[in-house]
Amino acid sequence: MLRVLLLTLSVVAIADAELCKPDAQNAFKVRLSIKTALGDNAYTWDANEEYLFKAVMAFAMRKYSRKSTTQISNVLLCNVTDRVSFWFVVTDSSKNGTTVPGSEVEAAIRMNWNRINSAFLLSDKTLQFLKITSTLSPPVEPSTPVWLIVFGVVLCLIVAAIVFLVVAGIQQRKKKNKESSERENLEEKGEVTVTVENGIPCEVLDLKAGHVNGVFAADDERFTSL
Amino acid sequence: LSVPPEIPKEDGRPKWDNKFQYILSCIGFAVGLGNVWRFPYLCQIHGGGAFLIPYFIALLFEGIPLLYLELALGQCLRKGSISAWNTISPYLGGVGVGSWMVSVLVSLYYNTVLTWVMWYFINSFQEPLPWSVCPLNENRTGLNKECYESTAVNYFWYRKTLNITPDVTESGTLQWWLILCLATCWAIVYLCTIRGIETTGKAIYVTAIFPYLVLTIFLIQGLTLPGATDGLAYLFTPNLSTLKNPRVWLDAATQIFFSLSLAFGGLIAFSSYNPPKNDCEKDAVTVAIVNSLTSLYASIPVFSVLGFKATTGYWDCLDRNIISIINEFDLPEESIMRQNYTTWISFLNSSYPEKIAGLKLKSCDFQEFLDQSVSGTGLAFIIFTQAIILMPGSQAWAILFFIMLFSLGLSSMFGNIEGVFTPLLELRIISKSIPKELLSGIICLISFLIALCFTLGSGSYWIDIFDRYAGSLPLLVIAFFEVIGVVYVYKIKRFSEDVKQMTGRKLNLYWQITWRFISPLLLLIVFVAFVILQIQKSPSYAAWNPKYEGFPMKEEKVYPPWVLAICVLLAILPCVFVPLVALFQLIKRTRRSKEPSFVPPEVFSCQGAN
Repeated sequence: MLRVLLLTLSVVAIADAELCKPDAQNAFKVRLSIKTALGDNAYTWDANEEYLFKAVMAFAMRKYSRKSTTQISNVLLCNVTDRVSFWFVVTDSSKNGTTVPGSEVEAAIRMNWNRINSAFLLSDKTLQFLKITSTLSPPVEPSTPVWLIVFGVVLCLIVAAIVFLVVAGIQQRKKKNKESSERENLEEKGEVTVTVENGIPCEVLDLKAGHVNGVFAADDERFTSL
Repeated sequence: LSVPPEIPKEDGRPKWDNKFQYILSCIGFAVGLGNVWRFPYLCQIHGGGAFLIPYFIALLFEGIPLLYLELALGQCLRKGSISAWNTISPYLGGVGVGSWMVSVLVSLYYNTVLTWVMWYFINSFQEPLPWSVCPLNENRTGLNKECYESTAVNYFWYRKTLNITPDVTESGTLQWWLILCLATCWAIVYLCTIRGIETTGKAIYVTAIFPYLVLTIFLIQGLTLPGATDGLAYLFTPNLSTLKNPRVWLDAATQIFFSLSLAFGGLIAFSSYNPPKNDCEKDAVTVAIVNSLTSLYASIPVFSVLGFKATTGYWDCLDRNIISIINEFDLPEESIMRQNYTTWISFLNSSYPEKIAGLKLKSCDFQEFLDQSVSGTGLAFIIFTQAIILMPGSQAWAILFFIMLFSLGLSSMFGNIEGVFTPLLELRIISKSIPKELLSGIICLISFLIALCFTLGSGSYWIDIFDRYAGSLPLLVIAFFEVIGVVYVYKIKRFSEDVKQMTGRKLNLYWQITWRFISPLLLLIVFVAFVILQIQKSPSYAAWNPKYEGFPMKEEKVYPPWVLAICVLLAILPCVFVPLVALFQLIKRTRRSKEPSFVPPEVFSCQGAN
């Protein structure tokens, strides 16, 4: 009895080894970069984590095909390295010894990528399925480009300042014109005059309040001094 | 009788609010973008600390004397460049016209550089910074091809900003976003120069002092970055053997010359608004020394950041190699670190050479990363922006950096515009009734319309042409004639008397020797060497061509003949005015001297102008 059991187990194991090996048909290589993603909070990859992986893959297959036939034992892992990377296949329980086609597995993974990532606290970059590329998310574009808004603000400030300066300049000029025209009016009224005699302004002749006649003042020289 | 109103002794010329404003304006004019992106580059390629030797020799024998000459001239004559040179001697009027012409040409393209700075500034408010990520291609399957092959930073500069054409002959279309920024820049320039020095004097407090603040902030930040000390060591380690190369001395002389913004006429305009009794000797020495110290001060953060960028680039290169090796050999993570990378590589190479060769690892050489030296727009818009992405809080650093560049450029623009504005105000062509605001508005509007051609696809090639030909050779010629004119035509003895009136001291031996012999000789040598170097190789330019086989390397192309003709025209146009005006005056004089009623004009003296 025991011998039959052992024989069956070894047959199964050999069959598994046939199905899951590097570059086997419908096998995928998975690479995890736990230390890069989590740093000090990194967990070690052990048998429990492998069990979780099998469970998550079974979950993904069930969700995709909507048949509740995929069991954890259908997911086979092999060649686990220290990197942490390994190969896996999903066997078909209905047909013995065959694996689920790679396209189905890929579709299941794409559908549930987020759930798979979050189960391991990883992201697209740190949990890689080497044959499956993730689609790039489009960059977030705001409705109005930010630079136009900033540009509008800057331009408004500058135009306002220019208008202010020009208006201030015009007002100053009007004030100056008014002042100079007021001074002209005062001059016309005769309060500020330049008296002119024979075309010569009086100041030039240096008259002392008009009482001294400069022509006769020079006659003092005629008299000799005593 | 009544007393007439007091006749004012002033000539109604605007003046500076205080001496500090004047010094700050001169410093702002001299300190420009070249202090940040040309001096550190020259230091780097010419043997680090050793470059300071020819630099300071050039400063002593060329920079300071010429600067003092221009400031003293403007202060003595109290006129802009054209009228000043007309007054010195009518035969030298062409010198003034030439420097006015150069100021016009330089103003046109300099503001377009500020346009690029403004474009980057308003894009710095976006999160993430637009030059940090590549956009997707049309069908969203991958990244944009041009961006993927070069880098995101290169793509943003060449495609999103310039939208550059592969050839200078292909003009491309006007880029509307650059037109908007150009209009804004000219509006800012108009705002600050609207009433001449009344408004620039207020604006200069901000634009001249702010860059120093930002440089200090960058200095502190830069020194804390990893790899900063490597960058600084690389910059300042002197390599005295480079001094044997005459190219180093030529670069030092031209750098000092263009850095101090000599022969633009702007310095003459600035000092013409000074009171007559002002110590311009001290001013000149102050401005020159501050300018050189600023260059040195600016090179420290620049090289800290470059060292940081080289270090991160080197680390990235190593990390990429490490990942490839770990994935290939399925080794556990963090088994190979940067420190033991070399030991691992040698071990693996000996055990599995084919596998290692199959990985196609890039060789990571730290020295190679440091050696990537760039000057000019490449330093600011490609290298520095890349480094900023790597810093934490990159938006704030980007905003600060671009405001600093903008202030540096704007304060230099003030000097350029003053060099254009002041002579026009004094020319009798413009009637006195036109308000200053209108004149400056007309100048800014016309300049904006002409500068629209720099917003074409080929605009940046044209700016390179203007910078290389209009902003270099004519200045040497004009400066040479300035020195010769003052020393030998006006006669240095007379000028010495005028200077004594202004500063209270006679010209000492240093000024006498440099003005009479050393500076003109030095200028002549630099000019000849410059021309020889330009003629030796046929002028070529580096074009950004995505279809080139060696892309992302730039394609070396030669200028077509019609572009070469424009280059020669740009270089010769300002210089040609010097002999033309002299000839014109000669003809006028000989014709007038034939008339019987001809009276020779009075000999002009500086004191008489006051």
